Amino acid sequence: MVRDLSVNLSGLHLDNPVIPASGTFGFGWEFKDFYDINILGSFSFKGTTLEPRFGNDTPRIAECPEGMLNAVGLQNPGIEAVISQELPRLKTFFHKPVIANISGFSIEEYAKCCEMIDKEEQVGLIEVNVSCPNVRHGGMSFGTDPAMAAAVTKAVKAVTTKPVYIKLSPNVTDIVSIAKACEEAGADGISLINTLLGMRIDIRTGKPILANVMGGFSGPAIFPVALRMVYQVAHAVSVPVIGMGGVSTARDVLEMMMAGATAVQVGAANLRDPYACKEIIEQLPLEMERLGIEKLSDIIGGYKK
Amino acid sequence: MYKKGIYTILYQQKLARDVYVMKLFGDTSFITAPGQFVNILLEGRYLRRPISICDWNENTITLIYKVVGEGTRQMSTMEPGVKLDLLTGLGNGFDVSRCGQRVLLVGGGVGVPPLYGLAKALLAAGKTPVMIMGFQSKEDVFYQKEFEELGCPVYVATADGSAGVKGFVTHAIAQAKLTYDDYCACGPIPMLKALYDACPTTGQLSFEERMGCGFGACMGCSCKTKYGSKRICKDGPVLTKEEIIW
Repeated sequence: MVRDLSVNLSGLHLDNPVIPASGTFGFGWEFKDFYDINILGSFSFKGTTLEPRFGNDTPRIAECPEGMLNAVGLQNPGIEAVISQELPRLKTFFHKPVIANISGFSIEEYAKCCEMIDKEEQVGLIEVNVSCPNVRHGGMSFGTDPAMAAAVTKAVKAVTTKPVYIKLSPNVTDIVSIAKACEEAGADGISLINTLLGMRIDIRTGKPILANVMGGFSGPAIFPVALRMVYQVAHAVSVPVIGMGGVSTARDVLEMMMAGATAVQVGAANLRDPYACKEIIEQLPLEMERLGIEKLSDIIGGYKK
Repeated sequence: MYKKGIYTILYQQKLARDVYVMKLFGDTSFITAPGQFVNILLEGRYLRRPISICDWNENTITLIYKVVGEGTRQMSTMEPGVKLDLLTGLGNGFDVSRCGQRVLLVGGGVGVPPLYGLAKALLAAGKTPVMIMGFQSKEDVFYQKEFEELGCPVYVATADGSAGVKGFVTHAIAQAKLTYDDYCACGPIPMLKALYDACPTTGQLSFEERMGCGFGACMGCSCKTKYGSKRICKDGPVLTKEEIIW
């Protein structure tokens, strides 16, 4: 039996729900030698800002049990270089719509970047990151206040034609109120979760491992937290949800979808094993068969046999 | 090009204080230059361990590593026959074609191993490598004999003077009044900086950084150079002297 893995994000058709998460897949180039990335549903490219950014000092990475911290700090070549260099190169080896992940330090910057990327044919969806924990005066500060998140959403929606998904931070007391504020402001969907703010200390030196002191915690350890938040948000909004946070296996993908996610992003797992998404996509039909699932989109938000 | 593969431990033995040599069997076709590294997945550890390649042939890889944390301690207890998941062919490595006729190889501690493969490649190219190795103390010294057996002169420096010249690699270079066309180095940052300041010639320097992926995707190990930002794992670990910003 041919099993149907396809899902639909606000009109964007995906052959399967598996999407490498922003910041773990660059602009695709580093993965194309490992496997043909056209097997992916799509991928979310590296968080892009108006100006080029070097990011934070190193060390930017610290290992944790079942996960890792990163404090990269939105290193990216800037929106102009993404449009003039990365996207033309991407077109040569990836033939599906890509998700543009956009970040900013002011509402105007978010709007400007989204307006520019909206004109790019290969961009199928814009994911607005209001949740980067690793930059000061921006990123997460837009995603921790419902009014600010709504203001960013409104400004971006006013200048774009493509579906706009707002990527939320888990570092809040009430993620549902922020998701609802984004939906009311016109968001076509919600992505969650970004990383959880964390920290490690090197006990030999007594100093934080990360130069930035704190960083974003990702990996399998955060999966239950992410799943809980996806469940809460998916039950509170009527727009589609892209679920992410610690997803590492095909079974995690099914679980995320049952919690309410229409599509699922895979982050840290790509860094541990560059073939993670390929293996998940290959395993999905087998897991569906085991569970008697014919059409994957049937399980979004719950599944009764 | 880089690739994931499964490699079998052929043998492992202790070389010096906290330093081990591990020989692996498997596909080495993606290794193209001395100074490249492998990234090793360990049971129960989330991120891979990047370890420089000391030497390789058609189907074996020799790694020398130091136990610095739980992951490398775990590696040091592994028996022959154990299978490991490795990414190979990572990093740019040293460029032998850029080297002059007489090349100083300068290694500090576990910065020494990648210079062994480099010494062999230089000799094969008809060039003359001269090895300078720096350690803390006599009990940390390893691979002096192996370099000598290649036909490569070796000068040792130890910080406490218990073997070779007392002091750092730069003292050994000065004391031996060595002449050279350029140098290739791998070791701790203070050693690389001291060399950069002391040696007037061109050079290639291999850097270490905490990495996420090891293949250029996560931007975890970026550094600033005169030619823009570079990823130590993908655009490095070897940088040319003229591009380095300290």
